[in-house]
Amino acid sequence: MDKEAGISNKAEEFIQMFKKGEEFTKEILRENEKLRFRVAQLEGAVERSGDETRTKLYEERIRLLELELSTIREKFSQVEEENKDFASKYIEVEEENNNLANLYVASYQLHSTLDFSEVLRIVVEIVINLIGAERFVVMLIDDKTNELVSVATEGLQASEAPRIRIGEGTIGKVTKDGESYFAEDLSAINKFNPLEPIVCIPLKIKEHVIGAIVIYKLLTQKAGFNNVDYELFNLLAGHAATAIFSSRLYTQSERKLTTIQGFLDLLKEKPKR
Amino acid sequence: MPNILVVEDSPTMRQLISFAMKRISNSRVIEATDGVDALKKLSSDKIDLILCDINMPVMDGLKLVSLVRSNPSFKDIPIIMVTTEGAEEDRKRALSIGANAYLPKPIQTQELIRLVNTYLPDSAD
Repeated sequence: MDKEAGISNKAEEFIQMFKKGEEFTKEILRENEKLRFRVAQLEGAVERSGDETRTKLYEERIRLLELELSTIREKFSQVEEENKDFASKYIEVEEENNNLANLYVASYQLHSTLDFSEVLRIVVEIVINLIGAERFVVMLIDDKTNELVSVATEGLQASEAPRIRIGEGTIGKVTKDGESYFAEDLSAINKFNPLEPIVCIPLKIKEHVIGAIVIYKLLTQKAGFNNVDYELFNLLAGHAATAIFSSRLYTQSERKLTTIQGFLDLLKEKPKR
Repeated sequence: MPNILVVEDSPTMRQLISFAMKRISNSRVIEATDGVDALKKLSSDKIDLILCDINMPVMDGLKLVSLVRSNPSFKDIPIIMVTTEGAEEDRKRALSIGANAYLPKPIQTQELIRLVNTYLPDSAD
């Protein structure tokens, strides 16, 4: 009986111990659960704090990029402006280049010969092709009569060109004063009047006037004058005058030389008689 | 290298046009003083484009255009008229007989270069 009671007590003790063990295990499991929860919480917190830092970094980067973008945009518009400026300057330079080419060709041609009639032909060509005149006359001062007489015409007969005294009318005044004349309204002069030109340019060697280019009508397609035309008029006033004057002198001296040579030849032949 | 034939009796205009054509890369200018001279140059050189005046001695520009267009060897060469004749009927007449473009004098160099670049065949580059 005692033995049975002892076994029963031991079993009871064992059951109690087992229950305590079970309790303990459960407690450990609960504690474990709590710790896991805490770890998870901490991990979440760590992750969240990482996100915020990254967000801040991204925000800073966006701010910098936006700043950079606005600087680039500003520079782009500056470059665009400069580009437009360069384009318009390029057009200006091109135009100036073309004008200079015109002036160069005109000047080159004027001084390319010493033949008087050829120089006159070149002056006529320049006035037609580069200025765009349809009816005009080139006049030179006749030293004997002190009158302007026609030496080349275009679009009118030589007989239609007037003889003009220095100082008389528009043309005579231009020759006397040495100042170019431009009619205010080019379209207003429709009917041909030899004394009423639309343009009159004195042919001058320094201040000495030797003649004039008198324009009465422009080509249909030529509405008016531009800058290069005025440059050409200036060039004609000087270069054409020099070319005409020197070629006339040369032609005259050539003629005289031929005459003198003829006399000399005659004199040489005389002893043969 | 494109060969451009400039048919013009005025030496001043020939020089001026030749100057302008120097702006077109590698182009070579061949000059002729009238229509007959131009036909000779067309036979002796390979021409890619013709710049032609109307009023010229010996043979004028319109006659030259007609002859060029009726010749199978030259009929496709682009022709640009450069002339003092600025009336609309002159333009229409030149275009009707086969000119490709019409540029009245006094010429604007930029416009001339633009027209030449328009009509110059690509194969001539």
